[in-house]
Amino acid sequence: MATLFRDKAVESIERGALEKYQLTYLRKSVESALKTPFYQKRLKKAGISCADKIKSLEDLDRIPFTVKDDLRESYPRGLLAVDIKDVVRIHTSSGTTGIPTVIYHTQHDLDCWTELVTRSIYACGVRDEDVFQNMMTYGMFTGGLGLHYGAERLGSLVIPSSSGNTQRQLQLMKDFQTTVVHATPSYMFHLATKIGEFGFTLKDLFLKKAFLGAEPYSENTRRKIEDFFKIDVYNSYGLSEMNGPGVAFECVEKNNMHLWEDAYIMEIIHPQTGKRVPDGEEGELVLTTLCRQATPLLRYRTRDLTMIMPDPCPCGRTHRRIFRITGRTDDMMIINGVNVFPSQIEQVIMRVPEVGNNYQICLTREGALDRLTVKVEIYSKLFAGDLSELEKLKAKIRDMLKASIIINPVVELHEPGSLPSFELKSKRVVDLREKL
Amino acid sequence: MKITQISVFLENKKGRLLDATVALGKASINIKALTIAENEDFGVLRLIVNDPEGALQALKANGFVASLTEIVAVEVEDSPGGLAKVLSVLNDHDLNVEYMYAFVEKTENKAILVFRFDDIDKAITALTNANIRVVGKKDIQGL
Repeated sequence: MATLFRDKAVESIERGALEKYQLTYLRKSVESALKTPFYQKRLKKAGISCADKIKSLEDLDRIPFTVKDDLRESYPRGLLAVDIKDVVRIHTSSGTTGIPTVIYHTQHDLDCWTELVTRSIYACGVRDEDVFQNMMTYGMFTGGLGLHYGAERLGSLVIPSSSGNTQRQLQLMKDFQTTVVHATPSYMFHLATKIGEFGFTLKDLFLKKAFLGAEPYSENTRRKIEDFFKIDVYNSYGLSEMNGPGVAFECVEKNNMHLWEDAYIMEIIHPQTGKRVPDGEEGELVLTTLCRQATPLLRYRTRDLTMIMPDPCPCGRTHRRIFRITGRTDDMMIINGVNVFPSQIEQVIMRVPEVGNNYQICLTREGALDRLTVKVEIYSKLFAGDLSELEKLKAKIRDMLKASIIINPVVELHEPGSLPSFELKSKRVVDLREKL
Repeated sequence: MKITQISVFLENKKGRLLDATVALGKASINIKALTIAENEDFGVLRLIVNDPEGALQALKANGFVASLTEIVAVEVEDSPGGLAKVLSVLNDHDLNVEYMYAFVEKTENKAILVFRFDDIDKAITALTNANIRVVGKKDIQGL
């Protein structure tokens, strides 16, 4: 199959020209960053008082890293580089400690983001005759709106079905002959198990492709889903701090993800030393935005572990590919596609006087979906002997957790001292899920 | 006229009820009546014993979460309609029963029932006025 490009000049740009382009836009990003209170301080301290100080791409090393805590501490406006009247949308994500992070977008920013998504799904063969059913949550979660606008710009018929309501999803897929879906891998498994139950067969579906993301999954899972639905599954990578989806995407080769280097400068660093590692070696992905006006981020540490694939892709795109994400450098959990930090759960538990400070987080899989169980110990002095009070307490903790982490957990009450008490936070999480 | 009940939080885990009764036995506590209210992951064991304070200490010393609650014990005729008679008094006075259970032992031909009310004092007055005997602490110890 001949490679088709959405924008051949950009996608197959020669390396030298790309680097020249990156330098020009890195300077622009530094210039915008210097308009934010956060970077004014941070960059001046590093001796970068104006964009002219960046003379080559090597000067990137002079720029200090930005981390998620910086975003949190700058909430709400410390990283805003434009006048608020030019901002047309924000996306926030829950922070590790309850304080969210925010990304502002101008119309230009949204246009760039949308174009990256359009380019990505075009590279996977989506065309204007396709029917695109978007089963990702809409709203603050960037996965929903990001793909929605990208597919719309491409000219596909977009069904904004959002997540959940499996029966309706299947009905829509049948009635409108959906050819492409966007979902989490676990939701695709869920759909597979529910088809018969809701009275559908594979013959009712017209599906050709699925974009699966928001959760890590293996080649084995991809193959299982492809075999079951008789479709092509494409992996993608994105994070809310870098807009969301459209950062890196597979092409029709289905062999690792092209990271769009006209929009981001990527580096892979050793998580402890911060030094860059050679291509082909695993490390933490660090990204710098090149086309974002409202919230430029310089050398942002994603905490995601991956590597740069050293060899070129047969598709002809020159933007280098990254390997599927192999892990995290922090303790973030991904539960049904939602990012959750154990510290968020801990913060909620600390606010409940009726339970002690010891807790355990258990992750299991029920059918195809993840199940989060939070085990807490009741505090003996506040036990009144009433079952209904305990039920109310469970419901209260569940509601508080739901408000903080968006996921509905199962709350279990235990006797004091019955849960293992750990010195290390990471041990509080027991993940019994089979790897997807 | 109020009686002290002891409530114990029990995880839904093998052997927990046994552990609780062993702890009480070792402390020479005699169980007079008991009931368990439970849901899928935990239960509350409710006990009437000869020595509630001693029981509380023994349970806590063995790592149990327990507390004392005031309840009302009532003599009911051990014949058809006996319970209905008591309940109709409560009904007439809009007294809401949170839960109830029965003693194993009886006094002569009377059964003893344990009630937990929102408004315990109002309940005692209503029952006494209706000539229903409310059992005291001494009566329990004598059983």
